[in-house]
Amino acid sequence: MLDSITFYFFAGVAVLSAALMVTRHNAVHSAVLLVTTLLATAGIFLQLRAEFIFITQIILYVGGIMVLFIFVIMLVRLDVALHHIRFRLQRWVALFVALALGVEITVVFLFARRLPGQGLLIQEPAPADKLPPNTEELARSLFSSYLLPFEIASVLLLVAMVGAVVMAKKRIDQ
Amino acid sequence: MTLPPSLEAILTFLQNWWVEIVCGVVIVAVVPLIAGYVVLVERKLMADMQARLGPMRVGPHGLLQPIADALKLLIKEDLIPDNADKLIFWLAPVISMVAAMTSMGAIAFGPTFQVARDINIGILFVIGVSSLGLLGIILGGWASNSHYSIIGAIRSTAQLVSYETAAGLAIVGALLLAGTLRIRAIVDAQQQLGVWFIFLTPVAFFIYLVASIAETNRAPFDLPEAESELVAGYMTEYSGFRWALYFLGEYANMIVVGSVATTLFLGGWLRPFPNVHWLDWLDFLPPLIIAAVGVYCVYRAGKQPAEIQIWFMWAVALTCFAVAVIFAVPLFVTSLKFILPGLHGAFWFLLKVSGYIYLFMWLRFTLPRYRFDQLMHLGWYILIPLAIVNVLAIGVAMILESEFSWNRWFAALLTSLFTLGVAAFLVNLYDKRTAAASAPATAAARDPYAG
Repeated sequence: MLDSITFYFFAGVAVLSAALMVTRHNAVHSAVLLVTTLLATAGIFLQLRAEFIFITQIILYVGGIMVLFIFVIMLVRLDVALHHIRFRLQRWVALFVALALGVEITVVFLFARRLPGQGLLIQEPAPADKLPPNTEELARSLFSSYLLPFEIASVLLLVAMVGAVVMAKKRIDQ
Repeated sequence: MTLPPSLEAILTFLQNWWVEIVCGVVIVAVVPLIAGYVVLVERKLMADMQARLGPMRVGPHGLLQPIADALKLLIKEDLIPDNADKLIFWLAPVISMVAAMTSMGAIAFGPTFQVARDINIGILFVIGVSSLGLLGIILGGWASNSHYSIIGAIRSTAQLVSYETAAGLAIVGALLLAGTLRIRAIVDAQQQLGVWFIFLTPVAFFIYLVASIAETNRAPFDLPEAESELVAGYMTEYSGFRWALYFLGEYANMIVVGSVATTLFLGGWLRPFPNVHWLDWLDFLPPLIIAAVGVYCVYRAGKQPAEIQIWFMWAVALTCFAVAVIFAVPLFVTSLKFILPGLHGAFWFLLKVSGYIYLFMWLRFTLPRYRFDQLMHLGWYILIPLAIVNVLAIGVAMILESEFSWNRWFAALLTSLFTLGVAAFLVNLYDKRTAAASAPATAAARDPYAG
């Protein structure tokens, strides 16, 4: 009862603010709505009792939005962006992508049950008091079964960071 | 009489959660009051350090000043600039305050006093949610449509993004020692080890101290609101109650970082030496300290000029005595012993947080403000490398202790000394860099007429 109320609340907020986000003209308003969407998604994670994913979502994504704000404020001249720059083709591309995604999701949901043994995995939720603490579980699986992909991903991020610093530095030195 | 199912669901919900709801309401109601009095204490301390008296007019020794200030802010005209983005201008201070208040929900003020049930991600929740307050600052700065505001907001973001990394890595140090993110378990770990983590990783505590001052935008890192450069930074255009909300958020944030530092490094709600039994008389300290404050009020009451101030002083003193009795009763009445840890835990916790906030104020009144490039250099060239080295050093110390059965204190001392050596090296390197960077500029390279 309470679970479904919280789920529909957060899902509704997420969908509504996502829709508003793409329709606003002002980039800062869009960014605020993006934060709202991400927070609502975090709420759904929490409702699924994945508290570590919840806080990671808040720290990483919402923290990332702060930096996005700075880019919006410093790089985009809002008044110019509002009146002059319009990427006309965007509308058709977006429509096509949205349609493709919609068809894909419909197909998955309609035909998933008919495929024997390969359908959507629907599991009964575990009782809340019997769940293992998922920070520890996540750490265990990341550092045992998925150690190699984890390390490769972190090296990749490190390379990207060093690359960004080198590129910025080259421009400063010149 | 049978209740409709929806009402019954609400009733069971209330039955399960009433403690949390009451605690939440208490926090939302009490924190603004505490924040107001923190402001008063700050003004009094500043006055003391500058050989002044500070607020003296409203109530004896200005004790009612915060309430007068709050009333004034409530009835002040609420200005919104013409070209401001009204909705976001309205929203921003609320975000700032809600974030600070929400993060307070996960803090354990005592072994039994906590709004959220002991959540798995305790400390991460506090840090993550309190950093959302930055969103309020940057939105407020942008929505004001003023140059001072936006520069303040951008400075604030740059500062917070830089120092949050250092603070996070310093916290990782303490979390390694505790082995958990749960707030109660962290304090329990310190009780089991018999030592506060500040003595095992003093460097991590120092890094967190510096980074938390920078995160709360306080002097010497108060560049986002540097009054000599930016009027009031991101809150230049705010007035009245919205401004008060920002202010409240800032002070609530101070309480939050103080609580995090207390939990991680200063032993949370534990009294000093919790495991040493011949020091059990320390349990009598809380009522004695509060009673001493009451005695002092009685002593000062005789020196008040007006009669009403004398009465007020007596009222404060009697309140202190009543609270002291409440604290003392569970020490003597065995049937009430079960509330002892909660009550005295909250006392010790708040005492430590006050000490931390006092340190903040002390630094504010004694250190000059940083320049922005100095601030960035301190963060990126010294604190972050130092914090990374410190995490590695703590890991090495823990392995030396568990695998090679070294003495814990010796391992901690050795690795701390190593980290301090790295710090000295980094500072030296930074000095050389700045010396090299400023040397040619002073000689021939600078053209005074270049514009």
